[in-house]
Formats: sequence, C-alpha cells, structure tokens
Amino acid sequence: MHIPDGYLGPYTYIAMWIIMIPIWYYAGKKLGSELKSRQVPLLALAAAFSFVIMMFNVPIPGGSTGHAVGAAIVGIVLGPWAGVIAISVALVLQALMFGDGGITAIAANCFNMAVVMPFVGYYVYKIISGSTDITSSRRVIAAAIAGYISLTIAAGITGFMFGIQPLLHRTAEGVPIYMPYSLNVTVPAMLLEHILGFAILEAIVTALIFAYIQKTDSTLLYGERSAQKMRMRKSSTA
Amino acid sequence: MDKTVRNLAIGLVALIILAPLGLLAVGETFGEWGNEELEEKIGFVPSGLERLSSLWSAPMPDYALPGIGESMTAASAAYILSAVIGVVICAGLLYIIGKRIAKD
Repeated sequence: MHIPDGYLGPYTYIAMWIIMIPIWYYAGKKLGSELKSRQVPLLALAAAFSFVIMMFNVPIPGGSTGHAVGAAIVGIVLGPWAGVIAISVALVLQALMFGDGGITAIAANCFNMAVVMPFVGYYVYKIISGSTDITSSRRVIAAAIAGYISLTIAAGITGFMFGIQPLLHRTAEGVPIYMPYSLNVTVPAMLLEHILGFAILEAIVTALIFAYIQKTDSTLLYGERSAQKMRMRKSSTA
Repeated sequence: MDKTVRNLAIGLVALIILAPLGLLAVGETFGEWGNEELEEKIGFVPSGLERLSSLWSAPMPDYALPGIGESMTAASAAYILSAVIGVVICAGLLYIIGKRIAKD
C-alpha cells in the first residue's frame, strides 16, 4: 500500500499534496486544542506502534505480501485527527529513512493510510457501537469491523490512484508513462488481496488492542472522559 | 504513566523483537515492484516511472543496512535496528511536540 516514486504521475501526486497540506494544518490545530497531557504518551506510542506493525509483512495465497497499518485503532483510541498526525509521522519517516513509499507519493500515502483509515475506522466503530455501554462486547466487534473496512477502503482508493495513471499520462504512441496497469486490474487486485488477507489482520489487531484498553482503562478511549463528565453532570443536576 | 499505557509500551517492545518475522514473507507487493520486476512483467519500464524511481536514495532502503551482508542474521539485525529507529523517532517526536501543545 506504500506507493513508491514513479507509480503516480504529477497530476495525482501534486493534487494529493494540495489536498493533504490543509488536512495536516487542520489536524495540527485540532490536536493543539484537544490534546491532554495524559494522552501524550499514548499519542507517541500510537505512531511508534503503527510504524512497527507495518513491518510485519504477511504472505497471502497467490504470492503477494502485505501488512496491517494499525490506523483504525489509533483513530478509535485517540480520535481521527490525532490519528492523522500520528500515522503521517510514521509514513514520512518510512519514506525518508527507509525508502518505503515514495517522496513524491508521501501525500497520497498519507491520504490513504493516515486520513482515510483513522476516519473510516473511527466512524464505523462509532456507528456500530451506538449507545452501548463502553464495556460492551459489541464494541469489540465494532472495532474489528472498523479495522477491516478501513483497510479495505484505503486499498480500494490506492488501487483507484494506480488505475487512473494510464488514463492521465501516455506518450503520443499510447504507452503508459507511470503505473502501466488500468483500473480494471489495479482496483480488483488491491481490493481482493486486502479483503481476503490483510484486512483480516487489521481487524484482529484493532479488536485485540481495543479489547485490552476497554478492559483495563476505558477512560483512555477518545471522547470517553468528556462523555463520563457529562453523564456525571447530568446525574448531579437531576 | 498509566498502567495500561505502560503495558502497551511493553507490548511494543515485544513487537520490535519479533519484527524479523516480517522478513519471512517473500513475494511481491502489488504496485511496489522494482524496475527489473516490472520489466519482467510488461516488457518495459515506463519512462516517467524510471525517472522518478531514482529520485530519492534512502539511507536504509527496505529496512536493511547496505553492506552488512545478505544473511538472515544480518537482515534481522538491520530490521530490528530499523524498528528501534522508527520507534525512537516517532515516539520521541510526538512526545516532545505533544508535551508542548497539551492543554493541561
């Protein structure tokens, strides 16, 4: 899922930088206004965790390898905007220091893994959890599904970015200049290997970490402390 | 530090030690082929792709140390080192920035 340099042409990678710069700016502002000291170690841990979990390549039948990202659980625990910052830091370091993902493609990769994943993850989790109690086991299922869907959608968008390249950039003779495969190859390829493989891993990782935090200290979860305070305020005025 | 956060940090250290398991998976990744791999597949390397692919030389390409040798032990050591570097920089950076901007 880390798009290397050369696979996206300038139309796509420049457009993604133009989209990502305001997102990073807003995420930074949002973090500045919401972050509590108590969450800082968790934020630091989240970026580090995502970095390492992406190093766990797993094979799937068919000869392909890939990995989980850990971005859904980060979005659920810290909130999606903090997720944008934490995962972006990991991805930028991977590109600069380890050549994992291209320099030109940093914005595109951050959009897919650091924006789409924490947001999809967070909102799928919220919708499925509904108004269930914070300790409800339904929330563990919600986290698993959130992880699964978030990586699948990110993979689909990555496939879409790949697949539009032959439409955007061809030589006069019609030879592709960047990613040579079209949408009818790239989207099914990216979707299938994630639906049948890597998204299952993302679901397991998301559910395991969620269940652990839920069981040991659910006040760490995003929005939970303010929600508790509101409940307390309500009961004290009643 | 919260007990839960501390235990999660311990879990992360375990992941760093186990990271070389990620080296066992051999195979290609869709859309991340090197130039030779791509040439084998489609018979040529697209011109723009070839030009951009050499844009950046990372110091530790593919989480390996150039010149350390090809053995599994060397690769595992470099992989663990990469994980440590990643964790220290990611966590360090966000901890420092987080402490500065945290409201309370």
